[in-house]
Amino acid sequence: MPGVSVDRGGAMTGSPLASHSAGGEPLVDCDDITVRLGDRPVLEKVSIVVQPGEIVTLIGPNGSGKTTLVRTILGLQTPQGGRIRRRPGLKIGYVPQRLSIDPILPLTVRRFLRLGGKHDEIVLQRAIDEVGGSDLMLRQIGQLSGGELQRMALARALLRQPDLLVLDEPLQGVDFTGQLALFNLIDRVRQNRGCGVLMVSHDLHLVMKGTDRVFCLNRHICCSGQPETVSRHPEYLALFGPRAEESLAVYAHSHDHDHALSGEVVTLPGAGRASDGPAKGRPHGGGAEGTSE
Amino acid sequence: MEDFLIRAFLAGLGVVLLAGPLGCFIVWRRMAYFGDSLAHNALLGVALGLLLGIDLSLGVIAGSAMLAAFLLAMQQQKQIASDTLLGLMAHSGLALGLVVLSFFESLRIDLLSYLFGDILAVSTTELIWVYVSALVGLVVLIAIWRPLLAVTVHEDLARAEGVAVWPTRLAFVLLIAIVISIAMKIVGILLITAMLIIPAATARRFAETPEQMAVLAVVAGAVAVFCGLAGSVVWDTPSGPSVVVAAFLGFLASLAAGGLRRRLGSGPSSAS
Repeated sequence: MPGVSVDRGGAMTGSPLASHSAGGEPLVDCDDITVRLGDRPVLEKVSIVVQPGEIVTLIGPNGSGKTTLVRTILGLQTPQGGRIRRRPGLKIGYVPQRLSIDPILPLTVRRFLRLGGKHDEIVLQRAIDEVGGSDLMLRQIGQLSGGELQRMALARALLRQPDLLVLDEPLQGVDFTGQLALFNLIDRVRQNRGCGVLMVSHDLHLVMKGTDRVFCLNRHICCSGQPETVSRHPEYLALFGPRAEESLAVYAHSHDHDHALSGEVVTLPGAGRASDGPAKGRPHGGGAEGTSE
Repeated sequence: MEDFLIRAFLAGLGVVLLAGPLGCFIVWRRMAYFGDSLAHNALLGVALGLLLGIDLSLGVIAGSAMLAAFLLAMQQQKQIASDTLLGLMAHSGLALGLVVLSFFESLRIDLLSYLFGDILAVSTTELIWVYVSALVGLVVLIAIWRPLLAVTVHEDLARAEGVAVWPTRLAFVLLIAIVISIAMKIVGILLITAMLIIPAATARRFAETPEQMAVLAVVAGAVAVFCGLAGSVVWDTPSGPSVVVAAFLGFLASLAAGGLRRRLGSGPSSAS
């Protein structure tokens, strides 16, 4: 496959924008997209660009039009105004929001993956290995945990050998440590494959951790840029409240260990400094815990 | 065995051949009420057939297809919830059908057979019609099997992966209309949904894959037809309802068997 191969070095976290311009033509370029559902305006003149090899995150409150924008980019929703340019031959891998499969449908993981289209056994195996799911192949899909299901959905998206991964709330329904592992996995996939990633999230702290650019959406784009910049933007603060300010502080501390996908603790080489370890379910961000939203 | 009993069993088998796999999709897609709504309106289809002087089965298929199109269009609006709409159409359609049919003097006697089926009166011509419809339906279902399964799992995902969602859904609805037109003679309008969803629900306990569930649903349905007919002969009970009761007993038995399997540590979903 002659896909783009952007050398990302080993960078885990946000890298300078300059490195993306080397990727050439944008994967997706939305210009003044306007969408109405019935009489209700959902998106108003939204412009967003995703470059090869970068992680772009879309954040916004409920009802801000995140999913509508994603559906528009995927071609599932026709905009009433504006223009979308997709790079010719662009292949998109899509992980929908809240994939839930009724247990009345007997479906093994393997079968679920094959529903996405016909693929070589090698391609299938590679995708499975990438997300760490070879031991899940014969399990019934209805019995997977939230994190496992999201990884399998990601594997199905990877089968298409995508240039762009579109993930709608990939961390939803996944427990906290699982979220970190999943986020790291997405980042690793991006590095291995050099694909662009467009991710929808309302999870601020994880967003801040590894995103190249953030678009803050509330029917229109309120602000955008590198995570650090956006998190100080007045419109962002107005949308997410004072708690948002601490989202950076929460994850600024370093960990002496990490968690593998299955949850076991992995000691990071060279990490000698004692720390309080990863949060167990709530960000330990100080006094914000008690404030009402 | 008497000829009419053999014809009745073969007719039931023909219906089950299509109703089994189709019923699985109805269960997977949570469309039981949708199917029920179409079935209740079959009486209107019969009236349509009589008015236009066409074959009654064709009338039922045409009527179901029109109602399905209406329901799909109405589901685009947000004011009336989907289940309210389906219930509204199911019972209005049934009532309207009964009223319209009352104008046809000759049909008053046949009304009960439309409502509850008259499997013992199936003629050879009708038997052929049942098998032609069922086999055509099966061929179409096999042709759309994979896309329909993908749409069932997640519609947007399937669409993003290039599945032609609307043609697939349209074909599926037409298949429901076909199965209603042939099942009407066997178990009657009021009990058609039972023959779609009970065998499928029975099969779930023993299936590891969608295809296994479809095949097992056919088996469960065939057993129900056989036992129901036998019971109706022995105890002189109405045939259509007897078949449904037999299917229900089969479902209860599957619950017990499933529980037993699980206790033995080899439940269907623990997969080898």
